[in-house]
Amino acid sequence: MNWFRFASPASFYPLAGRLAPWFGGAAALFAAAGLYIGLVAAPTDATQGDAYRIIFVHVAAAWMSMFIYLVMAFWCAVSLMFNARLAAMMAQALAPTGALFTALALVTGALWGKPTWGTYWAWDARMTSELILLFLYLGYMALRQAIDEPRRADRASAVLALVGAINVPIIYFSVKWWNTLHQGASVSLTSAPTMAAMMLTGMLLMALAAWFYSIAIALTRVRAIILERERHAGWVGEAALAARGAR
Amino acid sequence: MLESKQLAAQRGAATLFSGIDFRLAPGDALLVTGANGSGKTTLLRIAAGLSHATQGTLSWRGLAVAPLDAELRAAVTYIGHAAALKDELTAEENLASQTSLHAGSADSGAIARALGLWSLDRQRALPARALSMGQRRRIGLARLALVPRPLWILDEPAAALDAAGLSLLCGMIVAHLAQGGMAIIATHQDIGLSGPSVRGLALS
Amino acid sequence: MTAAQAAPRPLPAPGAWRGVAWAVRRDLRLALRSKAELGVQLLFYVIVATLVPLGVGPDSVLLRALGPGVLWVAALLASLLALPRLFAMDFADGTLEQMTLSPYPLPALISGKIAAHWLATGLPLVAVSPLLGLQFGLGGDELVVLALGLLLGTPTLSLIGAVGAALTLGLRNGALLALLVLPLYVPVLIFGAGAVDAVRTGLGAGAELSLLGAGLLGALVGAPLAAAAAARIAID
Repeated sequence: MNWFRFASPASFYPLAGRLAPWFGGAAALFAAAGLYIGLVAAPTDATQGDAYRIIFVHVAAAWMSMFIYLVMAFWCAVSLMFNARLAAMMAQALAPTGALFTALALVTGALWGKPTWGTYWAWDARMTSELILLFLYLGYMALRQAIDEPRRADRASAVLALVGAINVPIIYFSVKWWNTLHQGASVSLTSAPTMAAMMLTGMLLMALAAWFYSIAIALTRVRAIILERERHAGWVGEAALAARGAR
Repeated sequence: MLESKQLAAQRGAATLFSGIDFRLAPGDALLVTGANGSGKTTLLRIAAGLSHATQGTLSWRGLAVAPLDAELRAAVTYIGHAAALKDELTAEENLASQTSLHAGSADSGAIARALGLWSLDRQRALPARALSMGQRRRIGLARLALVPRPLWILDEPAAALDAAGLSLLCGMIVAHLAQGGMAIIATHQDIGLSGPSVRGLALS
Repeated sequence: MTAAQAAPRPLPAPGAWRGVAWAVRRDLRLALRSKAELGVQLLFYVIVATLVPLGVGPDSVLLRALGPGVLWVAALLASLLALPRLFAMDFADGTLEQMTLSPYPLPALISGKIAAHWLATGLPLVAVSPLLGLQFGLGGDELVVLALGLLLGTPTLSLIGAVGAALTLGLRNGALLALLVLPLYVPVLIFGAGAVDAVRTGLGAGAELSLLGAGLLGALVGAPLAAAAAARIAID
């Protein structure tokens, strides 16, 4: 099967429409299972009580925030190397979801911190790196927004995403350095309670749920982006007429 | 030697032009005409290798070229709307800077002669901000004499030139074509070029 | 008048270093002819550094603790302020597109521009920083490490900033450049200020300064390439 056939927005549009609901359904199932484990089945922690349960959301969100950035950077690289519009649209579709998960990781991290260690924000290495990652996402989205010409926006934001991707490990390393230098040997604020196997399963399920949700949402969003950017192409008019006729 | 097939350009949602075919052999000139906003500048920039075309191909000497192709760059002198002059540098310094950028070095004698050719002797040591539009345009065109390239791509070269400047420009282009050079010129005024090797392309 | 020929003469081998030299010479000459702009940027650095004590009070112990961080953050901001002038004028008057058409490799020309830009805007910050450090009560060792760190760090800031400046060419929003570039500045800030702290606690700043040096080398290789790609995108 010639997969490159789907590299054109016109042929990817219906494919994305067919796939999205399946991923959405899978996400819902995994989320249900993960939340059941996280909220009901897993035992109350000895030291942290029930407050620790938020890590089921927090860890999944943090993982996804980093993973999505890598996927976004990958599509940006593809769009530059092959001058491919659809790859750039995919990156454009992923960015808001990545930013959302980053924000979610930050908020859940703060909510976890307050009852556990008494402070919403403790400037630890991982949370500070997450915050900077959020700035990188917002920068990407802001640059796209600021450039009117779509192809220039594609290419410029792709360069930015790649520069960011290269810098993320450097930034993380430097923030870790900064944190150890100033915190010394004090308690690591990101230590999770010792992992029971069930808790790990729960977190994995939530991570899978987040992953499938991201795919479903990105496919749906890219359909909207395709329609907006290709609105002058013939097939869009036909699809709109067909949709109206079908109703 | 420069050939385009089905060239199309889109800027944002608007299609500027499509289906442009042309062929330039040594000695040919292409006069691109059209109303404001018809895409003349875009077409010239694509031909110079500065911009991507949305569709179609451009070939130089039979080989397809992508934007900023090294072979094409080595063969083109592009003089756009913007004169590429720095206000703080003198006419002489500006010309020397541009020449050394494209030709690797700038012989001060040749620069003085080029400025003389365009009647800018007395303005040599004046900063560019003190010069008129026509004089700035002349400095830009003086580069044509100093950097020998086969393909000249000129965007509205006659803008702000007086009659003397216009006839000098026309003479230079004719001589260039006679020696096997090529030219693509966007203009909305008659610059006095005519002949069998001069073809028109009207963009709408 | 030399005439065009049907077969073009082979170009002079355009060594990248000659391209760098062309850009450095031209940009330094331009900078020297508009000295007033540069003075303003240096003054900004001094003023920001002075604002902090006005904000937190003259407690010398507190100021001494804050000093390195404040001076580095102020240097970052001053660096950011100077960035737009790196490409903006060349973009507006058409010189940048002539540079992309030149036989010299564009990254080489851009490296030259960045070098000239740093000499005009970054080096003065390095020179002035020991004086400002005295205002914050920093000791001799600390002042040396502060200046050394800035010497290694400010070129890196110029290099990284050039990528941001090239990406945002012609855009109206000035704050966008800050949003794009400041997260990328974080490692330089951490190691630069960290170096002074390390010297203060007696650990020695070797590690931090080495990392700053490594960062500079990395930026020297990568940033001109990324900035050239971004400039071509802006010109397209």
